[in-house]
Amino acid sequence: MQSIVNDDLGTPARVSATLVTLTIDGEAITVPEGTSVLRAAALVGSNIPKLCATDQLEAFGSCRLCLVQIEGMKGLPASCTTPVAPGMKVSTQNKQLADIRRGVMELYISDHPLDCLTCPANGHCELQDMAGAVGLREVRYGYEGANHLSAVKDTSNPYFTFDPAKCIVCSRCVRACDEQQGTFALTIQGRGFGSSVAASQDESFMDSECVSCGACVQACPTATLSENTLIEKGQAEHSVVTTCAYCGVGCSFRAEMQGEELVRMVPNKDGHANHGHSCVKGRFAIGYATHPDRILKPMIRAKISDPWREVSWAEAIGHAASELKRIQKKYGRDSIGGITSSRCSNEETYLAQKLVRAGFGNNNVDTCARVCHSPTGYGLKQTLGESAGTQNFDSVMQADVIMVIGANPTDGHPVFASQMKRRLRQGAHLIIADPRTIDLVRTPHIEADHHLKLKPGTNVALINSLAHVIVTEGLVKEDFVRARCDVESFERWRSFAAELKNSPEAMESVTGVPAASVRAAARLYATGGNGAIYYGLGVTEHSQGSTMVMGIANLTMATGNIGREGVGVNPLRGQNNVQGSCDMGSFPHEFPGYRHVSNDAVRKQFEGEWGVSLLGEPGLRIPNMFEAALDGEFKGLYIEGEDIAQSDPNTQHVTAALESMECIIVQDLFLNESAKFAHVFLPGSSFLEKDGTFTNAERRISPVRKVMQPKSGYADWEITQLLANAMGYPMSYTHPSEIMDEIARLTPTFSGVSFARLDELGSIQWPCNAAHPLGTPTMHIEEFVRGKGRFLVTEYVPTNEKVNATFPLILTTGRILSQYNVGAQTRRTENNRWHEEDRVEIHPNDAEERGIGEGDWVGIASRAGETVLRARVTERVQPGVIYTTFHFPESGANVITTDNSDWATNCPEYKVTAVQATRVSQPSEWQRRFHEFSDTQESLLKNAVVTATK
Amino acid sequence: MNDARHANDARHLVQMANDIGNFFRAQDKREDAVAGIANHIASYWTRRMRDKLSAQLQHGDVGLDELPLEALRRLADHPSAKPSQPTGGDAG
Repeated sequence: MQSIVNDDLGTPARVSATLVTLTIDGEAITVPEGTSVLRAAALVGSNIPKLCATDQLEAFGSCRLCLVQIEGMKGLPASCTTPVAPGMKVSTQNKQLADIRRGVMELYISDHPLDCLTCPANGHCELQDMAGAVGLREVRYGYEGANHLSAVKDTSNPYFTFDPAKCIVCSRCVRACDEQQGTFALTIQGRGFGSSVAASQDESFMDSECVSCGACVQACPTATLSENTLIEKGQAEHSVVTTCAYCGVGCSFRAEMQGEELVRMVPNKDGHANHGHSCVKGRFAIGYATHPDRILKPMIRAKISDPWREVSWAEAIGHAASELKRIQKKYGRDSIGGITSSRCSNEETYLAQKLVRAGFGNNNVDTCARVCHSPTGYGLKQTLGESAGTQNFDSVMQADVIMVIGANPTDGHPVFASQMKRRLRQGAHLIIADPRTIDLVRTPHIEADHHLKLKPGTNVALINSLAHVIVTEGLVKEDFVRARCDVESFERWRSFAAELKNSPEAMESVTGVPAASVRAAARLYATGGNGAIYYGLGVTEHSQGSTMVMGIANLTMATGNIGREGVGVNPLRGQNNVQGSCDMGSFPHEFPGYRHVSNDAVRKQFEGEWGVSLLGEPGLRIPNMFEAALDGEFKGLYIEGEDIAQSDPNTQHVTAALESMECIIVQDLFLNESAKFAHVFLPGSSFLEKDGTFTNAERRISPVRKVMQPKSGYADWEITQLLANAMGYPMSYTHPSEIMDEIARLTPTFSGVSFARLDELGSIQWPCNAAHPLGTPTMHIEEFVRGKGRFLVTEYVPTNEKVNATFPLILTTGRILSQYNVGAQTRRTENNRWHEEDRVEIHPNDAEERGIGEGDWVGIASRAGETVLRARVTERVQPGVIYTTFHFPESGANVITTDNSDWATNCPEYKVTAVQATRVSQPSEWQRRFHEFSDTQESLLKNAVVTATK
Repeated sequence: MNDARHANDARHLVQMANDIGNFFRAQDKREDAVAGIANHIASYWTRRMRDKLSAQLQHGDVGLDELPLEALRRLADHPSAKPSQPTGGDAG
């Protein structure tokens, strides 16, 4: 069932410079060439009956309801598949058409249960609507003959039910799976009367290739495919447009509500990032927001071995502020700090950094982008002048060659991956640089031209060898470089790239990629038309993460693949607000808008607005905070929405640092791993409970809207404000829109942004200011933000993390479609049905050598620690490399990862850890201690003493 | 802070400085490399981290490579010098 707010125009919009004028039912209308008669009629206000047509899918012409009469044309063509023509005269209603439509509907209804009153789609069923529209009054054929009314329901999927008895075989679900999602999991099997929808080889939905994106459910015009929440709760009575709180795609959704209860999340077809598509997380995995594990009362305790005490908000905030002030008095101003999360809104992260800089009086604030995309910010600022991706997602539809480096879009950014796959099916070429055989390498109707299956840790060697081919084979776009780039830096880079040591042949032994493949890929990227590079954490989470980002920027400039649609540098941000949290000044060295704290003019501006003096020297980064804590210099920490004890590398180092502190304040939905080391717990609010904005990977600022009151009593921004006031730094915002107004006053790239403007435009890509009042979909068009593009020499420096006889394998980490980051949200949903534990992928050769079989327990030991996971034996990984995800805390993936980090930003080198894998029979010592500690902490939570008075 | 922790801390800072040095070493001119390292450390390290490493240098060779060593000395000589920042971004 489509959204309760449905204004379907029948077929997709067309873009054309050529306009066509025609007449429909006597009304003249002008539309772009290629528009269907059905859509043109809808635009003129003539609603032609339809069932198989929807503006989310290409026309199919099967239901025969949308027939029209066109002057001078034989027969009665289907208006959905008939394009408009100049001077065309269309009649949409007459007796002949009405008789035919009624006859068609009569046949449909003769094999459809008449249980409308108890049907989940009642009132929003398109079949029901069409029966009314065509004036169906009787069904002459009865139910005596063969029918499908007793067809058995498929309830295998935890989120939706397939009821074939209600199916009219319109193929919308099949087409949605093909066109929108690109999985091709559904088909129509059989012929004629025996036709039916089938998943994969007539399997249950759960056992099929279905990825539960929900596209088929939304496309279904009847209740054949219905969300289980819709079946259980009934239909929503209102909806609110908001933004998904999962990955960096930032999909727009309609939260369909019954009062304050969420019925379902329906992707917003007007959403600029997702155009009505969704994935299993944003569409369905929302149960965490109301999960019983949520903590709704503030709690405090003196020591982490003490039971929690539930207290009033006033006592909790008062205690937290008093402790922070005590620590500062005893250990100095710099002994406390704060960490925000990319799961927070822009307004929340802005407020948290303001609290630290203005309230704590230091710059010890950092965000979890430290451990994911901080090299993106650094590398792109150095080369292009702005710490952000250069395009919008729609740009991919103009790309001719797509290079994906160190990213797994079908798992990490599934909705954008569907758009990318659409472009690839249209014929764009694909180059993948990844140590693993990710799904995109070979997926229905798509096969990568080149899979550069490099060894983990050799990205820079690979990018240099690609550059070598480009500069030595005359593939540089000289005119672009001369006009747009700093020529001196280019010449230096060109000489460097041309050195023989960087040739694909010389680098083959380092990267493991055949030189011929590198040469072919480089030629394709440089000469294949619009070349666009998309990358993820497989680029950034390395000791040379920033160098690699610069290497990518170098390549785009050298080939002229930047500054227009279809090209560019496209970092796929991990979480929903990675870009935004960085934009909002969450890093210790810079104010919002990426301006260094040492800049006197900028600092003075903030001092004027905030009414305090601010420090002009950088504060501690997250890993530096841990070091300072272990040195006894850092004792108090405010953590909003982040779980450093699970997500940061070298867990035992992190937890030792946490244990050494005197006051840790965690503001979160759940007692996460970090909260188990906390002294104050402040219950946070889910994205459904607050207003604000998220900024996605394409710099798109999108609205987050409150659909229910905060379950703990306060939205997160209010909690930060309470803490600031208790610390003696006054804040008096009454709504997040006021925070955004302050951001706009202080940040030139946001000067045109406001909640009112967002309501008007739907979303805005920054920069949005006087020069770009509608935002900026593509950056660096006329010139780079820094002026001339700057090339930087990117010498390959092997990681310090070496394999040897003791640790002969390389562990690399990643994530999976159904789980999200530390799993705090998705682990509390039915998504566990797809991924109930983290497993270690190991190549059959390595497994055989070690006597490891599928499902065996494998001990993984590194220089940092040891954990045990079950094996998945697969050729997806190359020999010598093992891989795991990090969604479950008990997996201890980060017990193994080390302190190695990017030279420029200290982003951890999660992607390269030297390990040994052995078959074992029991959990690791760390896991035993982890379970003991967790059990104790859960017990302390369960037995929390209630002392709250209000 | 105990001795082991002290040593570990110093090792960590030396490693960080050397990693920074490894990037800037690729610059054409030695002077540019030293200036780049010094600027990077001034931009992103806290004063206390800089001071700690500088203090370590008083005790002799701590394993710091030549270029970061010179950059650290330069920073110690000009402790209040402001780092320069790349052009672009939100500078105006």
